[in-house]
Amino acid sequence: MSFSFADVDSVRKGLSGVQYLADEGIAGVVYLAERLQKPVLVEGPAGTGKTQLAKSVAEATGARLIRLQCYEGLDESKALYEWNYKKQLLRIQAERQGEDPEGEGMWQQIEDDLFSEEFLLTRPLLEAIRAAEPVVLLIDEVDRVEIETEALLLEILSDYQVSIPELGTVAASQIPLVFLTSNNTRELSEALKRRCLFLHIDYPDLDREKEIVLAKVPGVGESLADQVARIVRSVRQIELKKAPSVSETLDWARTLVLLGVEHIDADTAAETVNILLKYRSDIEKALKEFASSDEEFAVPAATP
Amino acid sequence: MKVEPATSPLLALLAGFISELRAAGLPVSLTENLDAMEAIQHIPIEDRDAFKYALAATLVKNHAHWRAFETVFEVYFSLRGAEYDLVDGEWPEGMDLSDFVDGLDGQQRRQGGGGGEAMSAEQLAEMLFQALMRGDDALMRAIARQAVQRYAGMEPGRPVGGTYYLYRTLRNLDLDGVLDRLMDQARHDAPGDLTPLEERLERDEFEARIDQLRKEVEAEIRRRLVADRGVEAMAKTLRKPLPEDVDFMHASREEMMALRRAIYPLTRKLAVRLARKRRHGRKGPLDFRNTMRHSLSYGGVPAEPKFRYPRPAKPEIMVVADVSGSVAAFARFTLHLVYAISNQFSKVRSFVFIDGLDEVTSFFEGVDDIGEAVHRVNAEADVVWVDGHSDYGHAFEVFWERYGKDVGPKTTVMILGDARNNYHASQAWILKEIEHRARKVFWLNPEPGAYWDTGDSIVSEYGVHCDGVFEVRNLRQLEGFVENLV
Repeated sequence: MSFSFADVDSVRKGLSGVQYLADEGIAGVVYLAERLQKPVLVEGPAGTGKTQLAKSVAEATGARLIRLQCYEGLDESKALYEWNYKKQLLRIQAERQGEDPEGEGMWQQIEDDLFSEEFLLTRPLLEAIRAAEPVVLLIDEVDRVEIETEALLLEILSDYQVSIPELGTVAASQIPLVFLTSNNTRELSEALKRRCLFLHIDYPDLDREKEIVLAKVPGVGESLADQVARIVRSVRQIELKKAPSVSETLDWARTLVLLGVEHIDADTAAETVNILLKYRSDIEKALKEFASSDEEFAVPAATP
Repeated sequence: MKVEPATSPLLALLAGFISELRAAGLPVSLTENLDAMEAIQHIPIEDRDAFKYALAATLVKNHAHWRAFETVFEVYFSLRGAEYDLVDGEWPEGMDLSDFVDGLDGQQRRQGGGGGEAMSAEQLAEMLFQALMRGDDALMRAIARQAVQRYAGMEPGRPVGGTYYLYRTLRNLDLDGVLDRLMDQARHDAPGDLTPLEERLERDEFEARIDQLRKEVEAEIRRRLVADRGVEAMAKTLRKPLPEDVDFMHASREEMMALRRAIYPLTRKLAVRLARKRRHGRKGPLDFRNTMRHSLSYGGVPAEPKFRYPRPAKPEIMVVADVSGSVAAFARFTLHLVYAISNQFSKVRSFVFIDGLDEVTSFFEGVDDIGEAVHRVNAEADVVWVDGHSDYGHAFEVFWERYGKDVGPKTTVMILGDARNNYHASQAWILKEIEHRARKVFWLNPEPGAYWDTGDSIVSEYGVHCDGVFEVRNLRQLEGFVENLV
């Protein structure tokens, strides 16, 4: 078995080659996931690059990305496999027209044929298992499926195989690198967690966020990126309904570049803050917080 | 203690580490244990951060447990790795200190360049200031070491957790004063006047650096304590309950903060779960009338069966909370949780009391920020009648007199408090009347069951008139209760 990454550092380099700046934890877990051949459960606030991580790993390793978007009501036939019953019907009809289907043995043969791979429709999970080339499987927002549907995933996550009653067990020809993302709207089952490595991606720290802005926003200057990162950090310290995510930071930086802003002053910040924050009450709170910080100067900045 | 291959001493250490994690309340299964053992064979222990994340990825599957994990990790692995070797009072090699002490006179500077021992307190303070100004991590770590050695006054063998040492060190460093100085300097350096925004940003930056210094000091103290007392003893001293297990009544200030942070995601999860519960499981009997009505459009063939879906009544909630002293925190969290899922109820009314009683429903109406509303309740509600000691009897009297008529067959009444009545009249007959009229009456008590009915607690006197008395000491129990309520 050959590995794409020699050590933790090469993971980081590989990812930064595709414009994903991984911190120590992210790189370490990706490395481990490949070595231990275990799926990674990625959790964290919205917009911190959970999905992007899987995409970037696929890009960095040159693997094919197969994505399963989860939603309420997802079932076997959408996630694993389905029998192509239309084709099966056609097959039966064709058989009838060709020969006289009288003998019992004949029927037996048709039945065997009907449940062969020819009539199997592969869905993302089976697809990932059967692929011959290296694959990154992304199971997105796994917390959206019902707890019963989670069980569908267990076999594939621990043994990398899918059991189809009519056909038998399909085992993986290569072990795919699996990423599951979760926004933590509900507690995932113990069984699922136990099978995965756990990675919590939080908002990046100041330096990393600055680097992300520099890497992702064309035409942004060093000093503007620094200011953006610092303001965003301060905004996140306020108790808000929804703290600005990395993608919102990037949107904001792009806007500032388009507006030709070099230096962010209070007015520019106030005019463009609606890109960073999406709730009215949050915007008001942030504006109030920044406007009043010179009056209550003697008091240490309010961090409740 | 240099390069450690993955041999038995490391595995033994890991075994101890994992059993300590379990003792701290983290659910570590056998599979996860094996994963961790396999993981550390791929990651060298010298790469401390990667090593830490490798263990975390295999052992900690819930982000709320991260703090607990980190503490145990620091204790168990603080003495590992070359750069963490314990060196008493020596500066890291190759660090030229002379340029950090610019403001001092020549003689002192020469001493300062040589070794830490000879430095005066002023020099240390000046270096601290410089290090913070530049955000120099290595220097900050060195200063933290110096400061601990100089100020903490650690005594070997004392079974303490280090909080006192931390306090002593930080008091001597006078970080608030340093922050003011840093801000002065920043204002001085700026070309013009600092705008409020810039001022705020500078302050946040310095605060972050100071916070980092504080962590360095803490880590240094912990390292020394572990070296002194051994790993197991320290881990035991530092063991703290997980956020969901923290006792409301005895939470420290820091734990309170953790609780407040924990309650928001909790309420969100609960709301999603409850909404889902409501949407699913809707199987009702055939609605014959409706089916016939719709069959007309198919020429009388009942092609489209209609069902009578159950519409579970949303309960009306009245929360009556004791907000005196020790149980106030509990009332606050419960109010927070109830209002966060208030769309699951047809109506929520809330009352708070100590010995007088006041309705506070209006504080929560049309408010985005529940935390803010709870804060207003504490500040503005008129709850003191005579002396500000809990008097359940009188509070119930007032409640019955003013709002008793609003209690109807749809109302669920929740009473929050420890039923410590200070030996006043219990007036339990009022609860009996309320129970008579209301759908359900629940009593939530933040005290452990063993303390009930001791001293002036008269839980059972009230309890006989309730449909249930529950011990609710931590978030886990609170969450469970509220979920069953809906």
